[in-house]
Amino acid sequence: MRNRGPFAIALFVALCATILFLILPIVAIFADTPPGELIESLGEARARDALWLSLRTTLAAIAVIVVIGTPAAYLLATREFRGKAAIVTAIELPLVLPPAAAGIGLLAAFGPQGILGGALEGAGIELVLQTAGVVVALTFVAAPFYLRGAQAAFAAVDPALLDAARTLGASEARTFARVAIPCAGSGIGAGLALAWGRALGEFGATLMFAGSFQGITQTAPLAIFAGFSTDFSAALALSAVLVAASAALLLSVKLLGRSSLGGVGAH
Amino acid sequence: MLVAEIATELRDVDLDLALEVEPGTCLALVGPSGAGKSTTLRAIAGLHRPDRGRVRLGSSNWFDSEAGVDLPPERRGCGYLFQEYALFPHLSAWRNVAFGLPGHARAERRRLALESLESFGVGGLAEAAPAQLSGGERQRVALARALARDPEVLLLDEPLAALDSRTSATASRELARVLDRTSAPAIMVTHDFGEAALLADAIAVVDRGAIVQRGTPGELSARPASAFVADFTGAAVLFGVARPGPGGTTVVELDGGGTASSTDLAEGAVGLAIYPWEVTIEPAGEPAHGSALNRLEARVTSVTEIGNRARVGLLASQPLVAETTGESARRLGLGPGTAVVATWKATATRLVER
Repeated sequence: MRNRGPFAIALFVALCATILFLILPIVAIFADTPPGELIESLGEARARDALWLSLRTTLAAIAVIVVIGTPAAYLLATREFRGKAAIVTAIELPLVLPPAAAGIGLLAAFGPQGILGGALEGAGIELVLQTAGVVVALTFVAAPFYLRGAQAAFAAVDPALLDAARTLGASEARTFARVAIPCAGSGIGAGLALAWGRALGEFGATLMFAGSFQGITQTAPLAIFAGFSTDFSAALALSAVLVAASAALLLSVKLLGRSSLGGVGAH
Repeated sequence: MLVAEIATELRDVDLDLALEVEPGTCLALVGPSGAGKSTTLRAIAGLHRPDRGRVRLGSSNWFDSEAGVDLPPERRGCGYLFQEYALFPHLSAWRNVAFGLPGHARAERRRLALESLESFGVGGLAEAAPAQLSGGERQRVALARALARDPEVLLLDEPLAALDSRTSATASRELARVLDRTSAPAIMVTHDFGEAALLADAIAVVDRGAIVQRGTPGELSARPASAFVADFTGAAVLFGVARPGPGGTTVVELDGGGTASSTDLAEGAVGLAIYPWEVTIEPAGEPAHGSALNRLEARVTSVTEIGNRARVGLLASQPLVAETTGESARRLGLGPGTAVVATWKATATRLVER
């Protein structure tokens, strides 16, 4: 900074305060307890169950989101139809929905007394207080992140590439699989990482819809909440794992973003 | 023979045209951008569904709005060269070509793809990614890709527009060779009359969604049907009002002053087309001699030498252009501001619709 006027100093102070405030709690998770003790705490049954459940449920939710969300996002990105803007807005609504409202909404839709409760019961599907219910809650809150990313990535693919594939004899399905998905790959990957990060951290909707039972519905964030008054170091250890996982996902988003920009520039 | 009748409403224009292309010949669609040229290609390839019309190749029916026939693009067998070539950025050159050759074993697809790349002189670039290729190399790979499938129809959308002028000369020779060898009917879209004249057997001028004139390049410049076609083929077009003149000629009162005569017959508002090579420049203030009926006092606005020729921009009551040798431009001492007289014959003056 060549020009050290009072305004420049004020800017600098504001940035320092922002960094300190945002970084301190994250540093504290790792600084409060020695690393050895953190790793030891992870050996406890409650922490192990929570991490294992989080891994399984987030992977299941991501699988559902990718399998159904990818074609849906492709349709939204490549076709124009009436009401499209309204649909896109509706899909994005869960992004800003308060978690408690999301939990109540899921109960009202899929709970025993919900709109689809009877139908689900008739089909022998139980969601509330079940692991499957966790997957439903995670899918609901995380899907918009993926849909938004994938839709933007598909929309950025040069339509001439899709046309070229068709004139070269590829059906619409082959064009989707062999051209659209590879060309939108990095954007899709970034959307996937964001959705996964959101699913890993999901708390409110899961608690209200599926409850917090160890080994069945108690994901890592719920275990942190359940344990912080009784076993603070275990809660810290779980938090540390989530911070590391989230940081890794954020980093992959940044790297994918850079590689897709490079692709566009070179293309 | 390829027969297409296409009617479709676009945002800016109502496209409504019919065309036929014999096997082994190339038709150029020329005209301003937004006239519907690219949409015509897209409709033939099946990438755009027209409101009404028919597309038929020989006895096979690709599109017929009345009969409800609409083959998808992958079943029409069109080789399509896209404006920016549309090479798949995630595939190497040979995989781009092999994309259009499914149904063979992998080794066979690679062999066919390499063969096709070789025939365009880019066999050595088989493993290169499109981002690593120059504009001219991309065009060759795209041509190899489009032709490897033995297309039944060849569609070229502005094939030279993405290239710089030096590469474009080589690429246009390459295209001429392709068009010469293929027996498929070909349609090329361009906004450059010279390009069309060089590569196509016939030219159809498209303006505001309709074909306004069709003919060989020579026919179009000899008898442009409208001011638009005349301008497009390189003529200067002056505007005025025509009335019958002496000896069966037509006299045109030019907008802004001056008159010109033509052996064409017309009355009312007309465009008057003169090709630059028909215009002779004389020093101002000399008595008229020779047979040229048309004489306009003008001022030189620009002199551009191209090789041994000079293009002289003139301003009479309206702008026009003369072409002379560089030698005569220097002998007359032409430069911006020089007062001259532009002369040309009434027989070299085409009257066209405004």
